[in-house]
Amino acid sequence: MTAPPEAPILDVRGLTAGYGQTAVLHGLDFVVDQGGVTALLGANGAGKTTTLRAICGMVRTGGEIDFAGQRIGGLATEDIARRGIAHVPDGRGTFMELTVEENFRLGAYTRRDPEVAADFERVFGYFPRLRQRFRQQAGTLSGGEQQMLAIARALLLRPRLLLMDEPSFGLAPLIVQEIFAIMQRIRGDQGVSILLVEQNANLALDIADRAYLLETGRIVISGPAAEIRQDEAIRRSYLGY
Amino acid sequence: MDGLAHQLVAGIATGGIYAAVALALVMIYQATHHVNFAQGEMATFSTYIALTLIQAGLPYWVAFLATLVISFVLGVVIERVLLRPVHDAPVLTHVGIFIGLLLVFSNLSGWMFDYTVKAFPSPFEAGGPMLGGLVSGHELGSTAVTLAVLLLVFLFFRYTSLGLAMRAAAYNPVSARLVGIRVGWMLALGWGLAAAIGAVAGIMIAPVVFLEPNMMLGILLYAFAGALLGGIDNPGGAVLGGFAVGVIENLGGAYLVGTELKLTLALVIIIAVLLIKPSGLFGRVVVSRV
Repeated sequence: MTAPPEAPILDVRGLTAGYGQTAVLHGLDFVVDQGGVTALLGANGAGKTTTLRAICGMVRTGGEIDFAGQRIGGLATEDIARRGIAHVPDGRGTFMELTVEENFRLGAYTRRDPEVAADFERVFGYFPRLRQRFRQQAGTLSGGEQQMLAIARALLLRPRLLLMDEPSFGLAPLIVQEIFAIMQRIRGDQGVSILLVEQNANLALDIADRAYLLETGRIVISGPAAEIRQDEAIRRSYLGY
Repeated sequence: MDGLAHQLVAGIATGGIYAAVALALVMIYQATHHVNFAQGEMATFSTYIALTLIQAGLPYWVAFLATLVISFVLGVVIERVLLRPVHDAPVLTHVGIFIGLLLVFSNLSGWMFDYTVKAFPSPFEAGGPMLGGLVSGHELGSTAVTLAVLLLVFLFFRYTSLGLAMRAAAYNPVSARLVGIRVGWMLALGWGLAAAIGAVAGIMIAPVVFLEPNMMLGILLYAFAGALLGGIDNPGGAVLGGFAVGVIENLGGAYLVGTELKLTLALVIIIAVLLIKPSGLFGRVVVSRV
């Protein structure tokens, strides 16, 4: 595998993070390539969600986080979002009390460009069901539709980097397949880079080109996704299938 | 029969004032889950500012608008300076600050503008009794003004992107940050808006009850009863609740308990709502599927 010509969109070195006195991450180094998909794998409690929160400035962090060549460690969450990092958090972060339309408008809240309306249409192209639900309260959507809405809202920020926290969580297998197929399309169409956290390693390794395996706040294995997928020893001992 | 009709109309007129203050309370409650006990005293202070501007020779409506702007800025500053540092502090810290604000504004009003009861001009006095003596010019005018303000606030929250961002920040601050909303500033804007709405209520009620440092004390109680009646987390419900309390207060005062005991009606409403339907008549029920 040859290194991509461009510098990575996200370059994290020595990342530490924790809640109160408890340290959760003990110095992570990883990258997301420009236009690439990086998967963070690991069991419950390994620190995957905390890693995404750290990148978004939602927890206290140490170490260096470079996004598109600029330091973003220590910035406020809203400023990090404004620089082009969209986060689909665990629990999806939907505004349940508001309508689907209002969730869309909030996704594009920071944008002042005239292409917002065109982007609404593009997102409807990925998720036609959201068009039918447009005036409905977001809390009344099914789980799968809510995950679609969460991704739609994140895309409307026009991010350069999309952070996704377990998009498969709590969804029926068919819906999960649908959502991952759409993610493949999004990746191809929009040139957006993706950092994907998943417990379902099989799914994640299918779409990722780079993967890291986390264990209790440390990276234990890293490499091209294809290699990790083929390594029987890793699969047996860490990925459990 | 005429008497009853008049009491109804007068109830709607004062109800508009309660509705405005109830809305101010609900706006801050939605964003912070605290009831700002100082809302009334802040409104009284704003009313003194309006009187000072009018006495300085400014035309009434210029003074009116200037007061709203000053009150808005004051509300924003209070949030930024006093509330922001204790944002994650326990409830009692907030209660302490609200009581402190109440005392500060009450005493500031007395100290700066003295404690004597003052008359406050109404721009609608020239109208005289209207609709066959059913309603005074001021009642009609102040109801129109409060309704216009309530409508503007509704349109602002419903249709502007800033209003949507303020609602998003109140409902779900974590997600709001993730879409780039500056949640801290949305809170401050909410305080500013609440202070401005309170100022409208103060200016509109002052010609009726006369201006003194404790003018809004009873009104805040009625407004709180209205907010609870309609649903403390529902702005529209709180507004309706405010009008309802105004009518109940006037009818009850005239036919039931007499004017001296009117204020107890507010307490009865508060207790009844908390006992029978704590979420209020229009309390928001969030539907969610998992």
